[in-house]
This record gives sequence, C-alpha cells and structure tokens, in this order.
Amino acid sequence: MARQPIGDVLLKADNISLSFGGVKALSNISFDVREHELAAIIGPNGAGKSSMLNVINGFYHPQQGQITFKGQTRSRMKVHQAAVQGIARTFQNIALFKGMSVLDNLMTGRNLKMHSTMLEQAVYWGRARREELEHRGKVEEIIDFLNLESVRKTPVGRLPYGIQKRVELGRALAAEPSLLLLDEPMAGMNLEEKEDMCRFVLDVNEEFGTTIVLIEHDMGVVMDISDRVTVLDYGRLLAVGTPDEVRNNQEVIDAYLGVAND
Amino acid sequence: MLYRESGQFKTSYPADQAIFPIVQDRWGLIAVLVVAYGVVPFLIDDYWSNAVLLPFLCYAMAALGLNILVGYCGQISLGTGGFMAVGAYAAYKIMTTFPNLDFIPVVLAAGLITAAVGVLFGLPSLRIKGFYLAVATLAAQFFLVWVFNKFGWFYNYNATGQITAPPASVFGTLVTGAHTHPAVTYLFCLSFVALFALVAKNLVRNRVGRSWMAIRDMDIAAEIIGVRPLTTKLSAFAVSSFYVGMAGALYFAVWLGSAEPTEAFGIDQSFLVLFMIIIGGLGSILGSFLGAAFMVLMPILLKNVMVDSLGMAAVTAKHVEILLMGVLIIFFLIVEPHGLARLWQIMKEKLRLWPFPY
Amino acid sequence: MSQDLMFLTETVISGLMAGVMYSLVALGFVLIFKASGVFNFAQGVMCLFAALTLVGLMETFDLPGWVAVILTVAVMAGVAWIIEWAVLRHLVNQDPIILFMATIGLAYVLEGVGDLVWGSDVKVLNLGIPQGAWDWGLDNLNLYVEKLEIVAAVTAGLLVAVLAIFFQKTRVGRALRAVADDHQAALSVGISLRSIWVIVWTVAGIVALVAGVMWGSKSGVQFSLSLIALKALPVLILGGFTSVPGAIIGGLIIGVGEKLAEVYVGPFVGGAIENWFAYMLALAFLLFRPQGLFGEKIIERV
Repeated sequence: MARQPIGDVLLKADNISLSFGGVKALSNISFDVREHELAAIIGPNGAGKSSMLNVINGFYHPQQGQITFKGQTRSRMKVHQAAVQGIARTFQNIALFKGMSVLDNLMTGRNLKMHSTMLEQAVYWGRARREELEHRGKVEEIIDFLNLESVRKTPVGRLPYGIQKRVELGRALAAEPSLLLLDEPMAGMNLEEKEDMCRFVLDVNEEFGTTIVLIEHDMGVVMDISDRVTVLDYGRLLAVGTPDEVRNNQEVIDAYLGVAND
Repeated sequence: MLYRESGQFKTSYPADQAIFPIVQDRWGLIAVLVVAYGVVPFLIDDYWSNAVLLPFLCYAMAALGLNILVGYCGQISLGTGGFMAVGAYAAYKIMTTFPNLDFIPVVLAAGLITAAVGVLFGLPSLRIKGFYLAVATLAAQFFLVWVFNKFGWFYNYNATGQITAPPASVFGTLVTGAHTHPAVTYLFCLSFVALFALVAKNLVRNRVGRSWMAIRDMDIAAEIIGVRPLTTKLSAFAVSSFYVGMAGALYFAVWLGSAEPTEAFGIDQSFLVLFMIIIGGLGSILGSFLGAAFMVLMPILLKNVMVDSLGMAAVTAKHVEILLMGVLIIFFLIVEPHGLARLWQIMKEKLRLWPFPY
Repeated sequence: MSQDLMFLTETVISGLMAGVMYSLVALGFVLIFKASGVFNFAQGVMCLFAALTLVGLMETFDLPGWVAVILTVAVMAGVAWIIEWAVLRHLVNQDPIILFMATIGLAYVLEGVGDLVWGSDVKVLNLGIPQGAWDWGLDNLNLYVEKLEIVAAVTAGLLVAVLAIFFQKTRVGRALRAVADDHQAALSVGISLRSIWVIVWTVAGIVALVAGVMWGSKSGVQFSLSLIALKALPVLILGGFTSVPGAIIGGLIIGVGEKLAEVYVGPFVGGAIENWFAYMLALAFLLFRPQGLFGEKIIERV
C-alpha cells in the first residue's frame, strides 16, 4: 500500500516551558508535527524528551506555552481529554496491566469506543454483548498485525520484554489514535527485535496512516525511518529538520552526535 | 485424561468469550448446581443451615463484594464490617417501615443504600492510595458502627439496642423470623448468591471489569488510555458495597435473626472477609466462594478436633484458632498469593496432561 | 486562671499525654516503614505482646522489673528474628499491599501466641512507675496531671533522643538510613538487608515495649490495647509514613484533637466519638494534603 502523503500541521507546540521546582525541564520549545508524518525527538538523557511527550498528552502541565492539536488550542488539558482527542502512547518503562491477558490489555485500549452501561454489562446481553464481540474482532486484527496470536490469553506479566513492548504498541493502536507517541519503543532490544519493531512502526504509519512522534536513542533507526527530527538538549530546542539536515547541523554534532559517535 | 481441552475448537468469538469455554468445566458447574439445588435441600437441618450453609452463603456474598474492590480494582478496604452493618440496618429499617414488603426488594434496596454510602467513603480514593486508603476505610468502619450504636432511630429506639428481624417472606414463603424452614432460607440465599455471582462474573469480564483491573495494575497508564480513575474507582466502591450491603442484609435478617453493631459488625468482620479473599484468591470469583467456605469450615473443624476430641478448653481452642488463622494468611501470601482458586487452576492444568505428563 | 480555661488546659494536657502514647506506637511504624517499606499493621499487637510478656515474666517467675524488661527485650529481638526468617525473607520484592496483609496475619499470630502463653485476662502491670496526681502541679498551679503521664512524656522524649543518636551517629544507624533510602544501592555496598531488618524490627519491638508498658500501667494489659494502638494509623497519615518528627507531632495533634472533640463536641452527638474521631480527622486532612504534614510531594513519572 502506498504511503499517505504528509499533510497539514496536526500538532503544534508553542513556546512550551516546564519546570519542576527550580529545575527547568523544557524552555521555550516550539515545533510541529504534520499529518501522517513520522517525527522523531532525539537528545541526550535528561534532555526533556519524555517531558515533552508528557506535555503533549496532558500528563504534565507546562507553566508557559500552548499545544494546538487538530486545530484546538489549549494550555492545560486533562489526560483523559487527550485520550478522547485521539492521542495514544507507549512508555519508556513498560506500563502494561501486568495481571491482565494480552487480549484484555488490548481490549482496554478500546475503552473509549465502548458505550454500554454497567447494567447491560452485568447481564451481558444486547448492546454489551454486541460491543464486546465487535471489539474483540477489531482487537484480533491488531493481534494478527503484531503476530501476538500465540500469547493472546497469557497474562502480560509472564511475557518476555520484547513481546511486552509489542503488546504495549498494540494497546496504543487499539485506540485507533490519530497521534501515536512512542517513548523509546526499541530501548533494551536486540538487533532482531529492533528490526521487528521498526517494521511495525513503519507499517503502522503506512497502513493506518497514523501520525507518529517517536523518541529513540538508536541514531541508525531514527535517521532511517523518520521524516523529520527534533533535537533537544538540556530542555532547549537545538534543531529541527530532515535527518540529513540534522546530521549536518554543527550544533547538533557538537552537543550530541559528535560525542555519541566518538 | 478426563479433563482435556484438546479437540475443543472455538469457531466464533461468542464461543470463545463464554464463561466456561471448556466442556468439562461446564459439566462441573452443572454438577455443583444439581447437588446444591437437588440434594442439599433434602438433607439440610437446622445445624447445617445455621452453622455451615447460611454463613457460607452470606460470607461468599460479602467476599464477592470485597474481591471486586480489593482483588479487581486494587483498592484495599478494612471497612467491610461497617458496610455490612449499613446493609443490615437498611434492611431492618425497611422491613419495620414496610412490614408487608417482599424480602427481595428489601435486600436489593439495602444493597443500593450501602452502595451510596460506599461511594461516599470511596471519594477519598481519588486522592489517596494504598495504605492511606486502608486507613480511610478504617474511618468508615469505626464511624458507621458508632452511628448505629448512638442513634436510636436506626434501631427504632428499642431498649436493648439490638435489631431483630421481623418475619418477611419471598413470594409468600417466610425467609426471616423465627418460623422459617432451613431448606427455604438456604435455597433463598443460594439463589441470591448464585445469581449475583453470575452478575459479578459478567462485570469483571466486560469493559467495567477491565477498567478496574487496569486501575489496579497501572493507574497512570489506564488514565492515559482513557479510563477515568474517579468514575472507575467509585464504580468499584459502589458495586462492591452493593454486594457487601446485600450480604449484610442476609447475614442479619436470614442467618442471625438479630444483631448488635459492635459484636456483629466489628473490625474482626472486616478482617475475616479480607482473609477469605486472600485465602480464596484475590481477583477470582471462584476464590471468593472457596475462601468463604474455608473460613467457615476451619473453625468448626478445629473446634471438633480440639474441644470435642482432644478435650481442650474452648478458650484455648479460640486462641489456637486465631493463631492458626494468622499463620494461614502468611502461609498463603508467601506460597500462593492467588489463593485456593489458583491452586485449583494449577490442579486442572496438571490434570490436562495426566496421566501422560510429557 | 478561670475555671473554663483551667479545664481547657487540663483537657489539652491530657490530650497531649494520650498523644505521646500514640506517637510511641507510630514511631515503631515509621521505623519499620522507613527501613523495609513494610506497613506494619502488627505494631499495635506488638505493644500488647511486649507488655503481656513483661507482665507474664514478672508474675510467673516472680522476677524484679528490670530483669523482666531485659528478658522481654530479648524476646522481642527473638520475635524480630523469627519474623524476618519466617515472613519477610519470603516476601522480598512482593507488592507492598501483600506485605501489609501479611502483617495483618502477623498481628493474629502474635495475639494468638500471646493469649496462649500468658492467657487473655486483664493483667495489672506494676513496674513501680509512680501513680496518682502530680502533687506540685495540683498545689501550685491547680492542675490535675497524672504522674504516669509525665513519666511517659519524659520517657518518650528520651527514647526519641536515643533513637536520633543511634540513627545519626552509629555505623548501624547509617546503614539503616542507607537501606531506607534505596534497598538495591544499600545491598550493592555490602549492607546485609536481613540483619538490618532484624535490627529494625527489634528496635520497633523495644519501642512497642515502652508504649505497651506506659499504656499497660495506665489501663491494664488487655486486648483492647492493640485496638487503641490502631489509632497510630491516623497519626501516621497526619505525620507522613517516613517522618519521625511527623509521628511525634501527628500523635500530639491526634491526642489533643480527640480529647477536645470528646469534651466539647461529644456531648452534642451522644459521646464516645473517641472511637472514630482520629480517623475522620486524618481523612479530612488527607483531602487537603495527601502527602501528610512532613511528607514530600511526589512527582509522578512515566
């Protein structure tokens, strides 16, 4: 399937500043993400990458600046609203529901799409039953897409790390998000697992046309798969551009790549 | 090789979503129901009814409720005794105000009233977690018992301060009061508990149950996915208290007949029900039943062995019971935190391969 | 001083004294929570158990008080060792809530053992702590204060001072603080977690003994002691789970608040509100400051 062309601006961050007590995590960050784009945020540890994602999905409230998503501008937003607007994410340290099966984890991802009342669910009849079966079908598609069939009913706590990362991606996908935030989806993986994960990320972007913002430390991966790269360092915005532009940006080389490539 | 699931293929999601997807489990449940409905009522006498079956059913109901809150939603509560008291006093007030009302709506209304009180005391759960919440529920426990002791309105200003269940009937058959038949009260409680066990099972395997478990396992991630923490936690408190309230109503009106708040609904009750779900299995419907059965039968067995056979003093036997209860709790938490229900599951898994384990 | 003001002062003082008792129990909680992350529900029963053992030793073997105290300390150390060996060791890395429930089990075990060994009847504890009113205060200030309460306050103060020195100045104390900060890191520099836990539980046992003695001297050694000790829980909520000064101040606030409420509010609602007032106060407090008086605000990370 051909990839959908990159469209208008979907997400725009304006002058975001965030601090904890006296520590500045982000200062005056502005950047945008366009529809169907695969954008990457890179930077050394502590550069404020995860904080940026946390601001985007409303988990942290920046002291200054605002986020525009799908044309709606807000400076403070609840996590729940972000989910309603179609922002889903994965976490740096896996945050799955460990006691629940893969299937249930993914079904929870579809939580916002289900509307039956508690009474209907109590008797498991009518709408509740219909919904449950319909969404089971959708979730099975994702299970199929991510090759998770064999572990469908296994509690995720018992799965190996690499698979858990995949389940987490699946849970985010189950929400059918318009913006997907991936926080180091390949951290701690071996080469083979990384390649698998890259494939899945690209497929998501191509097949579903999902806009993705990705944080990753593996430069090879980032430069390979992303359309545009945003570089942060100590909470400051260092550069934005295509992988090639960023690769050749002297400031970036000094601050980050130069050190990393030594 | 009796317990085998190989060859049982599911060809549709409805079949795979069934409560008991495996044929043998379905037969097992049917067998239990046949015995419970077809055999037990003919053998039952007052002793069995009052010492074993009614306590088992009442506590199973309470354990179901507490398991929803603690086992599924991960919100620890030490206020079960207090909430049972709410159910009991609500039932008492309704029964004495409307003497001709059928007993089924009485129990349901008692459950609903308790659910409302439960939500009230669940409100702090939005801001506090874990141990802090446990202490908050202790507030409910002590406060509620005090209220029922202090305000005469709740016990209709009678001199003893006790509440005594007036006779009430279900479809014209007496289920409370002095002139009941053990088989009738047993069948009534059994039907009630069985029905609501099914409801609980439905809830936990549907969206609301998944939301509870999501909050239990990782509340921040759940919120980011779109599970609302407050409504989810409060719904767990409401449903849990609804069950505990109904349990309290049955416990007081059908089993005990009369009750006094400090004795019948003290903090020991809270611990007893908590122990049931720990031993039976946190986050398991079956476990609620197993735990209730265990905690009801253990003291009886111990008493039989120690007092009747070994001739120990009753007081000493009581102390041994307390000691043993503590030891068992610790033992289960160390060896199998998922309790008897998990042991049962492991046994079934072994049985799947038996007699050719390799 | 006017009559009303006198009465108020006496109420406050008696509240403060009750608060000291709560503080003592809460102190035991805090010690254990800091060092092992275990919320020890059994702390209250430990007070009962320690006091029972002390009385039992004194009565059964006709020992002088100080010998019995030393033996009881030894017993509490033994209990700490057994708890580590039989319970904690097997529950390392488990959910805190599982550990919490295990300590509820522990409370039952201790209660069962205590009752089996020493019997469950109410016992009189007489360690020679002076009883009755504080004469000087009664004569000169016209204040009624129990001698026992003064002794309790002084003892509590001394105990806290000794503990502070122990924590700040000794090698073991440093190790304890290290464990409290980070288990893994402490392990990696060669601190034995197990021995630290035994030490902490022993210290908590000694604190429990002190609390048990004070309480036992006041109202006899009986089961209700462990229920009163449950009130240390709201104290912890006020003071925060990890703060020693928090435990002290929280205890005092609860003690005074409870007495004032009982005296000035109680009559209007039928009395006996001591049973729940402390919990409700803590609950109300939680809604405004979930981290407690001295706890730090936690920044959640994902």
